Amino acid sequence: MMQAELVTFGFVIAMAAASIRIATSLMYATLGEMITERSGILNLGIEGLMILGAMTAFITTYATHNLTLGVCATILVGLVEGLVMAVVYGRIGTNQHVWGVAFTIANFGLAYFIYRLYFGGTAGVMSTIIPYAPVRIPFLADIPVLGPILFEQYAYTYVALILFVVFAIVFKYTIWGLIITVVGDNPAAADTAGISVYRTRYIAVTLGAIFMALGGSFLSIAQFNAFLFEIVAGRGWIAIALVTIGNWKPMRCLFVAILFGFIDALQLRLQALGMNEITLAGTAITIPFQLFLALPYVLTILFLVISSRKADYPTALLTPYRREE
Amino acid sequence: MKFPFRLEKAPPPSTLRRALLPVRALVATFLAGAIPILAAGANPLTAYYQMAAGSLGDMIAITEVFVRAAPLMLTGLAIAIAFRAKFWNIGAEGQLYAGAILGTLVAVNFSELPFWIHIPFMIVAGMIGGALCALPGILKIKLKVGDVVITLMLNFIMIILTSYLVQNVLKDPFTRWPQSPPITDSATYPILIPFTRFHLGIVIALFVALVVGYGLIEYTALGYEIKAVGSNEIASRLAGINPTALTIKTAIISGSFAGLAGIGEVAGIRHHLIATLSPVPIGYGLTGVVIAVISGLNPLSVVLVAFLFSIIINGSQTMSRLTGVPIFLSEIFQGLALGFSLLFLFLDQYRIRRVR
Repeated sequence: MMQAELVTFGFVIAMAAASIRIATSLMYATLGEMITERSGILNLGIEGLMILGAMTAFITTYATHNLTLGVCATILVGLVEGLVMAVVYGRIGTNQHVWGVAFTIANFGLAYFIYRLYFGGTAGVMSTIIPYAPVRIPFLADIPVLGPILFEQYAYTYVALILFVVFAIVFKYTIWGLIITVVGDNPAAADTAGISVYRTRYIAVTLGAIFMALGGSFLSIAQFNAFLFEIVAGRGWIAIALVTIGNWKPMRCLFVAILFGFIDALQLRLQALGMNEITLAGTAITIPFQLFLALPYVLTILFLVISSRKADYPTALLTPYRREE
Repeated sequence: MKFPFRLEKAPPPSTLRRALLPVRALVATFLAGAIPILAAGANPLTAYYQMAAGSLGDMIAITEVFVRAAPLMLTGLAIAIAFRAKFWNIGAEGQLYAGAILGTLVAVNFSELPFWIHIPFMIVAGMIGGALCALPGILKIKLKVGDVVITLMLNFIMIILTSYLVQNVLKDPFTRWPQSPPITDSATYPILIPFTRFHLGIVIALFVALVVGYGLIEYTALGYEIKAVGSNEIASRLAGINPTALTIKTAIISGSFAGLAGIGEVAGIRHHLIATLSPVPIGYGLTGVVIAVISGLNPLSVVLVAFLFSIIINGSQTMSRLTGVPIFLSEIFQGLALGFSLLFLFLDQYRIRRVR
């Protein structure tokens, strides 16, 4: 039951801030997958790469007591894996969705394998680090309403928001955005126009992979302070859903990422209060919390079914491009 | 940046070379898999020996290999048939749960039915569940990525739905665990080897994979159409094969096999519905993709490879305990095996030429 006191002004602000905070991991993942898909490649390796990113950031930070090094190591791992994925998706191309499954399975195994190797068996207390703390931006945080929502966030979150604005501009107003879009829509035409399809896809996949790894690292060194089992918990798959619901557009993707951050925050709050369903005030309608969990996946299917012809998906998505054919 | 190599279409590989794909991929996997084992400070040969000894060391262990192989061969078969027809079903996991849900609904009710009606009734319900869960994937007809994305999303929807059902509507009122009431005796797969978990579902899985799956592909008109679409989509269309009808039929068959895997887990092993029928997060559905691709999408090879992965997964436990190599080696192996199979498939189709 939704108690009246829950819906106070302070609660609304706290929820809005929490939604953006919790959405941070999804923002990176969604941005990474969006850039990749815009170039015509569906990267199903996202879930595994996020797990690997989370592990890398955590172990590096644990070993060096330096969060910045943790982030750097994550970027490096994202870069290396991204280059491998770029060659596989860009050059080989065929069966890229099956390759993605291979990457996810292998990276999941690798991440937990290395973690176990480093920390030994399952026994004993869970190792933890001192995670990133939210950064309060002076003056801006004092703005009523907006201040506490937007300017008391993690550095990770500020960077993610800025990146979305940057990529919205890149895709809308710059030649680079146009190049990626053309390669994703019609690689043959792009090639005729003198654009290197391979190089564009390499860059998009690698950049996307770095963002995916960063999305995982946020979980282990900011939102939480340990590399828990199932820490990524399907956020990579949700990101694929969000890119679709976001219609492959940066600002719309950001909006749905924050929306699902909100749903996540609400769901966590309800579970913390020991409620696993909401009864809408004065009605007999109850909403089980599993509905919130399933929402991104259900909406993705509905979106595809309803707007399949109008969906703005990159036409060459999943289609390999090979010059010598 | 000029890539110093060029790809050329190669003549199609010989039948022998294609048939040896599983062997080549697995040899490469075991060679590459030695690296993490060495990194863990163990001897790869010892580790592989312990893996085999742990999963094949005694009668009980061997029956457990069969227990694990049953769902793997069914999801592997489901995906092999789908991929053959270029229906990219990534959702065997969801179809497994959908089958388990509908099957459980039949299995917890109708206790007055004799087993020889109740069990087939449950099987049919489970297969219908799996098929229904695969059907939305036919949106690929309208939208190219429809099958991949929709079947993928349905995995999570079905697991969440199962979790909801066993906590609410279908919850067993006599326990506090999130599980359905136990299924009735008349719907339980009988144990065929006393004091083990070797149940009827294993025989059913073997029969379905070896006879139904293989027969369907090799000896029926539908199998012929599936193979035709798989080898040359345009030619198959010219030959009068209706791609829409074929996609629908493939989705139904593929989903129903995966649904049968879910029935086996409920009726043969757990005896009630739970939301963790399949390992998390690399469940039987994803491992099924690995198995199908390594097998070259051949139903007979699927059975053999399913047993091999069952040995690897079951044996990893013993191997890990005795050698200190983390148990997650088994997932690394699955990823490597799938990667190598895809790589060899690609290399068989193309030649790499140096460009100067």
